[in-house]
Amino acid sequence: MIRDMKKKMFKNFITFFKRDTFVIPLASIVLSLFIAALVILSIGKNPVIAYASLIKGSFGNVQAFITTMIKLTPLILTGLAVAFGFRAGLFNIGAEGQLSMGALAATMFGVYITSVPAIIAIPIAILGGMAAGGAWGAIAGYLKAKTGAHEVISTIMLNYIAALLANFMVNGPFQAVGTGIPKSPEITDAAKLPVMISVQASSLSIGIIISLIAAVIIYVIIQRTTVGYEIKAVGFNPYAAEYGGISIAKNIVLAMFISGALAGLAGTVEVLGLHHRFLGTLSAGKGFDGISIALIGQNNPIGVVFAALLIAALRTGSNQMQFAGIPKHIIIIVQGLVIFFIATERLVKTLILWKERKEEEVLQK
Amino acid sequence: MNWLIAISNILINPIFYKSMLNNATPLIFASLGGTYSETTGVVNIALEGIMLAGAFASVVFTYITGSPWIGVLMAMYVGGAMGMLHALASVKYKGDQIVSGTALILLSQGITGFLLQRIFGEPGSSELVKTLPTWNIEIFRRIPFIGSIIGNLSPLVYIAFICVILSHFLIFKTKLGLRMRAVGENPEAADTLGINVYNVRYFGVIMSGVLASLGGAFLSVGELGQFTENMSNGRGFIALAAMIFGNWKPFGAMWASLLFGMAESFSYQIQTQSILRLPPEIKYLFLMIPFVLTLVVVAGFVGKTRSPASDGIPYEKE
Repeated sequence: MIRDMKKKMFKNFITFFKRDTFVIPLASIVLSLFIAALVILSIGKNPVIAYASLIKGSFGNVQAFITTMIKLTPLILTGLAVAFGFRAGLFNIGAEGQLSMGALAATMFGVYITSVPAIIAIPIAILGGMAAGGAWGAIAGYLKAKTGAHEVISTIMLNYIAALLANFMVNGPFQAVGTGIPKSPEITDAAKLPVMISVQASSLSIGIIISLIAAVIIYVIIQRTTVGYEIKAVGFNPYAAEYGGISIAKNIVLAMFISGALAGLAGTVEVLGLHHRFLGTLSAGKGFDGISIALIGQNNPIGVVFAALLIAALRTGSNQMQFAGIPKHIIIIVQGLVIFFIATERLVKTLILWKERKEEEVLQK
Repeated sequence: MNWLIAISNILINPIFYKSMLNNATPLIFASLGGTYSETTGVVNIALEGIMLAGAFASVVFTYITGSPWIGVLMAMYVGGAMGMLHALASVKYKGDQIVSGTALILLSQGITGFLLQRIFGEPGSSELVKTLPTWNIEIFRRIPFIGSIIGNLSPLVYIAFICVILSHFLIFKTKLGLRMRAVGENPEAADTLGINVYNVRYFGVIMSGVLASLGGAFLSVGELGQFTENMSNGRGFIALAAMIFGNWKPFGAMWASLLFGMAESFSYQIQTQSILRLPPEIKYLFLMIPFVLTLVVVAGFVGKTRSPASDGIPYEKE
């Protein structure tokens, strides 16, 4: 049984690399990097040096590698969050706010639950963070299911509300006493995630392992469970699903809850594994990066892990590039281009598959 | 009681209404833009990014030429070009419109940030540039109370309201408008009648870019005289909500924008009321008002308004 499953997973893994789902993102990335190279040329810099410093900055030494892994940890989770939403036919732009709410709740648990061992404190904080993120996501799901409010608008509004709520908390009732700085008190030592490796000021916690486990669990939920089947069915064709006895409303709320919980977990591992306190600016675009990651990873949990690695490396390496005189905004341009090309799948296909285009031309004649 | 005094203080102050109009203007432009695009059946969430690009382009060209009007014109041009890109992705290549919109928002953030650093040498914000001189309208100015609200505003505020009237006329009283609505409702039928669905959609999306960029230009050369990174700050999305609340109609979009403008104005004015003795952090809660209102409006009214039937669906010619 387990061997069978392994075999099938391996087969899935291989076919994944052969399909459009792999070719399109890869071609989009290459195209985007090429265009960005032209932009770098246009400002009189050498794109080879730029990309070399990018790679050096993200994987060049142990510290760079650790920094990339630290950046990777929440990105896998926000990528999974958005991807899971997509599978249910929902565009969750709200990972940003859900991450923030998850982090806030996890910090509260971490600060106020004292005198318990780590084995209890950590799971409680994680569950609390996931529940808060999930609830924040479920608001949008509930509104969509009950009133038809589009989740794109409601999740974006919830992002702004979450950001303002976060600022209110760290400037007001949840500010570290006597600091006057917008940050919360520190969580207790028991709630901090164990550190695996630490070089100078950067230490990599076991958060990255939590992220990878989450990717596996989401893979299993999507591929192997009834819950995953129903959510996919609703995403694929809601009316057919309902005809088949699957509740649209229930699955929309559930999918948004799971999606939000993943984003909340991202915020939680940021607090428990890295900052050890809540900061108003904690999310800082990680939720939006989740959208790019889900699209590049084609909503496949395995794809998401690799896409997150790409974005994490770009973000880490861009600082090095900044030293070489290239504005790091080029990374956001690359990201935008990749998504644009993924949206215009057909354009990419015609660009890379000349053969197919010729066939089309023949057909049109 | 203090609250009543504070609120009535706000309501009798012309500044409250003036800032309502100023806050509503970018929303009117962008929600009108959204109306054009969605009337022809293309969802355009890139409004947020287009506003940002418009704000940036107008500052850069004002900086170069010294004339804010040239800045505004160039903003319209850039906005139209971005609309064109969105149309290319979603009309010609039939891509997912929301994904393409997201890409344009990212591209806009990346490119404005990149160029900001290249042109002005520093990240974060641009140098100060000339703003559009306000218009003194004597007839309005003579009206008591109201004159102090609408007598002396940025030209773009007046233009926004003129655009509402013109758009209403265009969409509901002209042949082109009829075609736009036909394409948004039932592209197959429109196609059968010999209407070029793609061209009409291109028109709608490009117009949405031009209008949204005017909203962005108002933020920078209309009001602040400066570009700051991500200065559109969610207004593009609020404008989408205004469009929905306004039932995909120009006047509806205008009223909804005014409501959101009022909420924003209120959230600032209430903080200045010393009688309430509010702690400083409370401002964050007040700033939530427009966003909470948007959420309530979208959830509460979406069932009662109706989007064009083919909104968001790429048209595939058979």
